[in-house]
Amino acid sequence: MKAFLILEDGTVFTGTSIGAAKDCISEIVFNTSMTGYLEVLTDPSYAGQAVVMTYPLIGNYGITPDMESKKAWPDGYIVRELSRMPSNFRCEGTIQDFLKSQDIPGIAGIDTRALTKILREKGTMNGMITTKEDYDLNEILPKLKKYTVGDVVSKVTCQEKYVLEGTGKKVALLDLGAKNNIAKSLNERGCEVTVYPAHTTAEEIISSQPDGIMLSNGPGDPADCTSIIEEIRKLYNTDIPIFAICLGHQLMALATGASTHKLKYGHRGGNHPVKDLKTGRVYISSQNHGYVVDDESIDPDVAVPAFKNVNDGTNEGLAYVGKNIFTVQFHPEACPGPQDSGYLFDRFIEMMGGAK
Amino acid sequence: MPRDLSIKKVLVIGSGPIVIGQAAEFDYAGTQACRSLKEEGLEVVLLNSNPATIMTDKDIADRVYIEPLTVEVVEQLILKEKPDSVLPTLGGQAGLNLAMELEEAGFLKENGVRLIGTTSETIKKAEDRLEFKATMEKIGEPVAASLVVENVDDGLAFANKIGYPVVLRPAYTLGGSGGGIAHDSHQLVEILENGLRLSRVGQVLVERCIAGWKEIEYEVMRDSAGNCITVCNMENIDPVGVHTGDSIVVAPSQTLGDKEYQMLRTSALNIISELNITGGCNVQYALNPDSFEYCVIEVNPRVSRSSALASKATGYPIAKVAAKIALGYTLDEIKNAITQKTYASFEPMLDYVVVKMPRLPFDKFISAKRTLTTQMKATGEVMSICNNFEGALMKAIRSLEQHVDSLMSYDFTGLSREDLIEQLAIVDDMRIWRIAEAVRRGIDYDTIYNITKIDRWFIDKIAIIVEMENALKNEELTPELLKEAKRIEFPDNVIARLTGKSEREIHDIRHENGIVAAYKIVDTCAAEFAAETPYYYSVYGSENEVEETSGKKKVLVLGSGPIRIGQGIEFDFCSVHCTWSFAKEGYETIIVNNNPETVSTDFDIADKLYFEPLTPEDVESIVDIEKPDGAVVQFGGQTAIKLTEALMKMGVPILGTSAENVDKAEDRELFDEILEECQIPRPTGGTVFTAEEAKEVANRLGYPVLVRPSYVLGGQGMQIAINDNDIDQFIGIINRIAQDHPILVDKYLQGREIEVDAVCDGTDILIPGIMEHIERAGIHSGDSISVYPAQSLTQGAKAKIAEYTRRLAKSLHVIGMINIQFIVCGEEDVYVIEVNPRSSRTVPYISKVTGIPIVPLAAQVIIGKKIRELGYTPGLQPEADYVAVKMPVFSFEKIRGADISLGPEMKSTGECLGIAKTFDEALYKAFLGAGIKLPRFKNMIMTVRDEDQPEAVEIGRRFANIGYHIFATSGTARALNEAGVKATPVRKIEQESPNLLDLILGHKIDLVIDIPAQGAEHSRDGFVIRRNAIETGVNVLTAIDTAEALITSLENTDIKKLTLIDIATV
Repeated sequence: MKAFLILEDGTVFTGTSIGAAKDCISEIVFNTSMTGYLEVLTDPSYAGQAVVMTYPLIGNYGITPDMESKKAWPDGYIVRELSRMPSNFRCEGTIQDFLKSQDIPGIAGIDTRALTKILREKGTMNGMITTKEDYDLNEILPKLKKYTVGDVVSKVTCQEKYVLEGTGKKVALLDLGAKNNIAKSLNERGCEVTVYPAHTTAEEIISSQPDGIMLSNGPGDPADCTSIIEEIRKLYNTDIPIFAICLGHQLMALATGASTHKLKYGHRGGNHPVKDLKTGRVYISSQNHGYVVDDESIDPDVAVPAFKNVNDGTNEGLAYVGKNIFTVQFHPEACPGPQDSGYLFDRFIEMMGGAK
Repeated sequence: MPRDLSIKKVLVIGSGPIVIGQAAEFDYAGTQACRSLKEEGLEVVLLNSNPATIMTDKDIADRVYIEPLTVEVVEQLILKEKPDSVLPTLGGQAGLNLAMELEEAGFLKENGVRLIGTTSETIKKAEDRLEFKATMEKIGEPVAASLVVENVDDGLAFANKIGYPVVLRPAYTLGGSGGGIAHDSHQLVEILENGLRLSRVGQVLVERCIAGWKEIEYEVMRDSAGNCITVCNMENIDPVGVHTGDSIVVAPSQTLGDKEYQMLRTSALNIISELNITGGCNVQYALNPDSFEYCVIEVNPRVSRSSALASKATGYPIAKVAAKIALGYTLDEIKNAITQKTYASFEPMLDYVVVKMPRLPFDKFISAKRTLTTQMKATGEVMSICNNFEGALMKAIRSLEQHVDSLMSYDFTGLSREDLIEQLAIVDDMRIWRIAEAVRRGIDYDTIYNITKIDRWFIDKIAIIVEMENALKNEELTPELLKEAKRIEFPDNVIARLTGKSEREIHDIRHENGIVAAYKIVDTCAAEFAAETPYYYSVYGSENEVEETSGKKKVLVLGSGPIRIGQGIEFDFCSVHCTWSFAKEGYETIIVNNNPETVSTDFDIADKLYFEPLTPEDVESIVDIEKPDGAVVQFGGQTAIKLTEALMKMGVPILGTSAENVDKAEDRELFDEILEECQIPRPTGGTVFTAEEAKEVANRLGYPVLVRPSYVLGGQGMQIAINDNDIDQFIGIINRIAQDHPILVDKYLQGREIEVDAVCDGTDILIPGIMEHIERAGIHSGDSISVYPAQSLTQGAKAKIAEYTRRLAKSLHVIGMINIQFIVCGEEDVYVIEVNPRSSRTVPYISKVTGIPIVPLAAQVIIGKKIRELGYTPGLQPEADYVAVKMPVFSFEKIRGADISLGPEMKSTGECLGIAKTFDEALYKAFLGAGIKLPRFKNMIMTVRDEDQPEAVEIGRRFANIGYHIFATSGTARALNEAGVKATPVRKIEQESPNLLDLILGHKIDLVIDIPAQGAEHSRDGFVIRRNAIETGVNVLTAIDTAEALITSLENTDIKKLTLIDIATV
């Protein structure tokens, strides 16, 4: 069946329908990872977005037990080619079936490079995937322009708190749309991890007397998360060590007076160099974010930049002055992507007074 | 960290002659590195014995020494030039080994010279089997159960413990020389003995066999601050057991999930960090296809063939970055030259698929075993890029130029199903064609996988190609079907064959329906950032990214494709210089080539680079987009010449000598007319198509005769026939491949062979010099020792040669390059035997030793300038006051079963140079450069034909005079003894021990002089002797003239007194 990708600027790509045969309107973003399509699909940070994979062959090793959350989140999936026969010793099914079972519509067989270049030149924009051949641009384009990602954190966070048993440090993980590997990385280091829904009050978390608090990644515009920011400000005011990733990092910055802005087309992929400003070392990181903390908005008495992106110089991490708080924009939990910055979890354990 | 300012003068060591396992990739890496060093204002001293390389140009380094790569030479050079640093990691294993020897001997320290790029401790940790294993164990990286042995008994004991099969890997050798898989104790002893001898340190690793696992490679970079990145990973389609140089390789990996990908990536970073490498490094893994279990196979702490491939596959210039790192820069300080926005501290992301295929020399060595093992056999490789795997594979196949254009090119239809299944177990260069046939017969994937261990994903891709063959054969050719066939890169001629239409019809249907190639950019970042360098590959069904360019005139330069015997790096040298010259003249330059190892495919050589197959269709697609003002074909060897006609049909003007005149030189009748008109004699002969016609001509001329197909390079298929039986056999071999052109049969003249390269501007000619071959006619010019200036010619003969060259160039209306081979009999009888109106193998050599930049001159002449206005006096140039000897280098030890005897068909893979004030010293240097370092044991074997005995006796006498003990077969021994030269007779190999073979295998022989009879009746005996000698590392000479040259050089020179000559001052 034919499918069409219609962009906000009126560009139309014609391809083949994959996954669910339904329409979707979403924000179109591209990811440059060559492996890890399943981790991308199941990363809650993609809620409210449709993802273009720039690598042309997707699904080569099928569906493996590597989901980063309980389901797939993107509104739509855009690829050049899906492998008709996956091959891997852990393969449990095909990506075609997975997209259908997850009710995600998609389009294959389009020039994903041309699409990526449009997004790079004009910036992230909204789009629609449809199988209706008689679409009417006059009717669709205003709808596309109107679309906003909205409050997606509430959609992706867990409904109730739950615990991953451990004998080491007690960590409270605020689930803003957390990838599984964050809790797993802490748990593997012995931590008892209690995962809290995004809208949990600061009081509840503080009263559980955790050794440390972890703020997770998540989707959407950080500035929209006003009530969560309020609670995070209260967490900041305690002496509990805090480590935050991605959205968590942005919310902590917003809670302490800094601002964020939207990048032209974001950072999504597994090849972004980040420089540790203390040591000068460069690490290759996994990234997935459309917003970034404004370096100029940071009050040097509150926080100092700890990492920066080597490509475009944007902020990639903050160390909070006089506080046991450390936050990063990139993903030390990897999955997908390089594991180079996994040592930051060890640093968090040390911040909590634990052994490496 | 900014650059280390204490580094001011750097010695860069190259890799020497091209041999199997060490080829053009080091010219590419070395050239890129030298340019990168010069960019930083450093003084660069270059040492490389290979004159055919671009790196040995005076534009590339400040001081250029084309001298033998020996410890003595490097020591002398360091004392002379006083560099403060040596960069050893860019010259392959040869360069690395030399640097290690100097470091270990304490020479570098004594002279205040340091190794930059990587320390000797690092090199040792990575290369020494024991240290490597200990290091891996220390950081918990798994290696296959293994033991380093220094004798056969230990090897046997260990193999018995871990069980057969076992893999044997000698330490410090190139391309896996002397390695292999032993399935039983018998094979173990055979391979191990050989490997121990070949290893520089007498060590061989005996290892658990992990054949059948996936073979995965990572290219990693690290700087002195400890920052690491991976440039690229690659998956070998052929599982462990086939050398990666002989495998079909795909980048990035296709069948690894993120878990496997990151697991191995992290491991590679841990390894490069622990080894403390600063620069580039290659890590090879075996990955169990059924689990996360993996083993580190090996680490190369230097740039390598794989890193050249990774550079071309991603656009990331590994050698350039490695050189900057050696100077102290960190990755985040080095700009990404492709985007000019980002830095070297990132990882390339591909949005396409790259396939590399090896170019194997079995078309040259018909008797050789085609089996692929852990010992590399490929002479070169091709790379292709597409946005789907099938397309990349199809493009790579047709880039090989081995009469293959699809998965139907080898015919296995005659095999029964049972035989076919049985033959799937054969691991050779035709394996994927056998798999395609198996898929055609409906043999299921599991059966194919269980036998070949080639991942089912790749088998399925082959199946997709086979399904397209069937669709084209059986269905109506709709635009949709055609579109899909082109998406997976079926060439028009294959579609035509399958649909029963003509190629033209397919072409027209395509254009009517807008099914044309589009071009995408290789940009290192999957379009995330805008790229500044136009490096293109074709796809179908996508948007074109080629940008409209300036109003400059455009020239299309056609490259020479994969390195093969007969068409090597020399043609890349010519293509690159041609490109640079046109650029200097204000042209926009466009290169088309598919060889990832070469300088011509570096992203900053031409204004635009198209990484594409060199077939008429692929070139036409580029022409359609670029509409060049002209094409240059005379520098890209036979590959480019073959495209002349097609280019003319496309309406592209051929710059320089016209196609019609190129044809005249190849077409026998037209050529005879020209010779007649110029009054130039040639050996008499005729053209034939069948064996009957050939025999008729041969008998008319009288044997011996020379038989060869027209339009070939490197004398492929050329043979000397001495009787009718030979003719039957040779014509049979030639006609195995359908011939478009007649076969030539010529009277064989035994005289001195002379070669000339010249530039002609239509009026005047310029001859830089006359080269004379040491071996008399009958041995291919590429396999002969070539001497400049010619040593034995009279003034009269020289004048005649110059005059004939002038007449021929003029009547062929040559504009640009011409190469002519002559035979001189007696004093002044000069015959023409071959004319090539194009650049030749000797061009880099003669330009370097005369200091006359022939290629730039030819390029300027092609544009319309005259020799006189370029500041040269036409005619034969005055002779230089030193002698240069070009020595062929062979890779016979790598090709099991190949006959090494020299003849009219070329067999050498590379060359080296000896240059000195005297002929004797130049000759000595040339032998030394070729790795012939004598005497050692002072024992030799002679076995010659009766007719050569008088000359052989004199050569034997001279060897005896310098202390050689001669063993000889009965006839030769008798002749020697009768002439008063002491010789010990030995039994022939079929006779009881001790016989000739025992002597060779006893490891005490320096040299075998074995002159086989001409014609097809080569004795089995001679073949076995030569093979065994080569495989035990004994020097073998098969021409009496080569033997004479060797003894001359041994008689005259003492190694300590070599004079080093800076070519840049010539």
